[in-house]
Amino acid sequence: MTVLVDKNSKIIIQGFTGKMGSFHADEMIKYGSNVVGGVTPGKGGSKHLDLPVFNTVKDAVNETGADASILFVPPAFAADSAMEAADAGIKICVAIVDGIPSHDMIRIKRYMRRYTKSSKMTLVGPNCAGIISPGKSMLGIMPGHIYKEGRVGIISRSGTLGYEAAQQLKNLNIGVSTSVGIGGDPINGSSFRDIIEKFETDDETDAILMIGEIGGPQEVAAGEFAKENMKKPVIAYIAGLTAPKGRVMGHAGAIVSAYGESAIEKVEILKECGITISKNPSVMGDTVKSVIEKM
Amino acid sequence: MDIHEYQAKKILSNFGVTIPRGGIVYSPENAENKAREIGGSRWVVKAQIHSGARGKAGGIIVCNTPLEVAQATDKLLGKKLVTNQTGPEGKIVNRIYIEEATDIEKELYLGLVFDRSSESIMVVASTEGGMSVEEISKEKPETIIRSKIEVAVGMQNFQARELAFGLGIEPDLIRRASDTIIGCYKAFSELDATMVEVNPLVISKQKQILALDCKMSFDNNAMFRRSQVSELRDKTQEDSKEIFASDRGLNYVSLDGNIGNIINGAGLAMASMDMIKLAGGAPANFLDVGGGATPEKIVKAFKLVTMDEKVKVILVNIFAGINRCDWVAEGIVDALKKIEIKVPLVIRLAGTNVEKGNKILKESKINYIEANTLEDAANKAVAALNK
Repeated sequence: MTVLVDKNSKIIIQGFTGKMGSFHADEMIKYGSNVVGGVTPGKGGSKHLDLPVFNTVKDAVNETGADASILFVPPAFAADSAMEAADAGIKICVAIVDGIPSHDMIRIKRYMRRYTKSSKMTLVGPNCAGIISPGKSMLGIMPGHIYKEGRVGIISRSGTLGYEAAQQLKNLNIGVSTSVGIGGDPINGSSFRDIIEKFETDDETDAILMIGEIGGPQEVAAGEFAKENMKKPVIAYIAGLTAPKGRVMGHAGAIVSAYGESAIEKVEILKECGITISKNPSVMGDTVKSVIEKM
Repeated sequence: MDIHEYQAKKILSNFGVTIPRGGIVYSPENAENKAREIGGSRWVVKAQIHSGARGKAGGIIVCNTPLEVAQATDKLLGKKLVTNQTGPEGKIVNRIYIEEATDIEKELYLGLVFDRSSESIMVVASTEGGMSVEEISKEKPETIIRSKIEVAVGMQNFQARELAFGLGIEPDLIRRASDTIIGCYKAFSELDATMVEVNPLVISKQKQILALDCKMSFDNNAMFRRSQVSELRDKTQEDSKEIFASDRGLNYVSLDGNIGNIINGAGLAMASMDMIKLAGGAPANFLDVGGGATPEKIVKAFKLVTMDEKVKVILVNIFAGINRCDWVAEGIVDALKKIEIKVPLVIRLAGTNVEKGNKILKESKINYIEANTLEDAANKAVAALNK
């Protein structure tokens, strides 16, 4: 099993014919992802990058058997597109787009409650780098070549900090099973806890590196889950030690507004949950290495 | 995005919330007339800045004659008000709100926020109005009542009633109180707010329920569909460098240190700031040029960082993915042709084509210090500071 995507995942691009959609579709195809087509309402029946374009996600699913999608639509239309994917039977949808209103994210999540657990789409993002299972499939916008194949799972709110981690691991000759960017927004499709749970049951993953930051309750919720339910070791780094209280640090979700949301508080709570802390961002790779060596 | 008290009150009154009579003025002469127009025998002169705790900072003055209203307005207009929320530089008062004074019987607290745990809208209320919600949760946590709203169907009457009874409001006023709470909820949900805080919500001696002070914040990401709200933006209340940044698609937060940062990605930016601190330095800013780090954005970022006189060293840390280090390096070289940098410059490139990128930097004539890792970059920036 591979977390969320594998070689067999059939991927469609929503917002296929736009500049972003075209560029990253091409990158994904070059990486070896199984892209089977795309959706741009009104351009159904045409071809783009030698692949079929559909008017609706349902058409795309019916014709190609697609089970994964990635959104490159503008923020104003992103909620609609994500719900369309969920309704068409897509299993995993990555929303790359930055700038979706929070009220729309709440609407998406409420909408998805109509599905039973087994038929519910997993939404990852928005405002994220996407998912990569090195050597198998890339459903995202990351530079695929920095990821070595291996057995460490990465979950990160930040895109570039996730790249930094993958590079540090590669320099130490440590590979990655799957890397998931959950995005920097206050309300996101999948939380740290949601993804960490998937890694626990993934037989291709031995250890998990969680890269969090200030703001919100998700890192702590994942820590508490890990303490109660996980056998695999979790290593964490929390960015934002120097971030002032009450200010948004780039990511809409990176704001300290309650107890337990600052970097120091999160680190303390995670330590109590038995999680190994990478004390600075320069030693994420080394910290993972020392944990793996003890296994 | 934040708005002023008087703007927030106007919005709430459109949603059926009662507010005291009042008006906005920009000069002492207008203030005197405005007081007469409002009528009554006591007025409150309120400095309009984007901050709470204005009363303690001297920004709210009770007056007994229209002349006093004019004098109070004169005193406040153009002044920088420093509250515990503005930082030491304070915020300038350009607008004054004149309001009829209210005979207060009881002060309550009412706040609506996004609850990130339950991913819903949470209404928070307390009988201890007039204190900040942080103070209430510290000193009188037992008075706090909460109600989680199912956004798909909106706030129901029973939820508003429960809150109203929970606040100990007398039976005759429950209907009015419920309407007030629902009005606040509707304003929150229909205008893409991220926070609505009525503090205090008062019951007057005349048995009216009034929003006496109000703060509202809105989701910047939703402003494309809320033109009436986005028009309320008051740039005089924002840091000029932060406005420069946001107008150019950069994420910037001004900080107190002296190492200027140019970084791609918010997480990497926070991590680099952490490394600077661990190396014994202090960041002058948070600056995320976006994951893509296009050459245009890098030029803009250099302009922005060099605007800050505190900056004694500049640290550039770019992890190039799709955008490639050679392209980023060309952007840096190009930027430095246009902008003169008088302080030491540390550059760390990583990711795609890093060797090519570093070669371009070396072969250009720019004067810089090369760094290889996050830690190396932070150490070299701090060392350059001490030279």
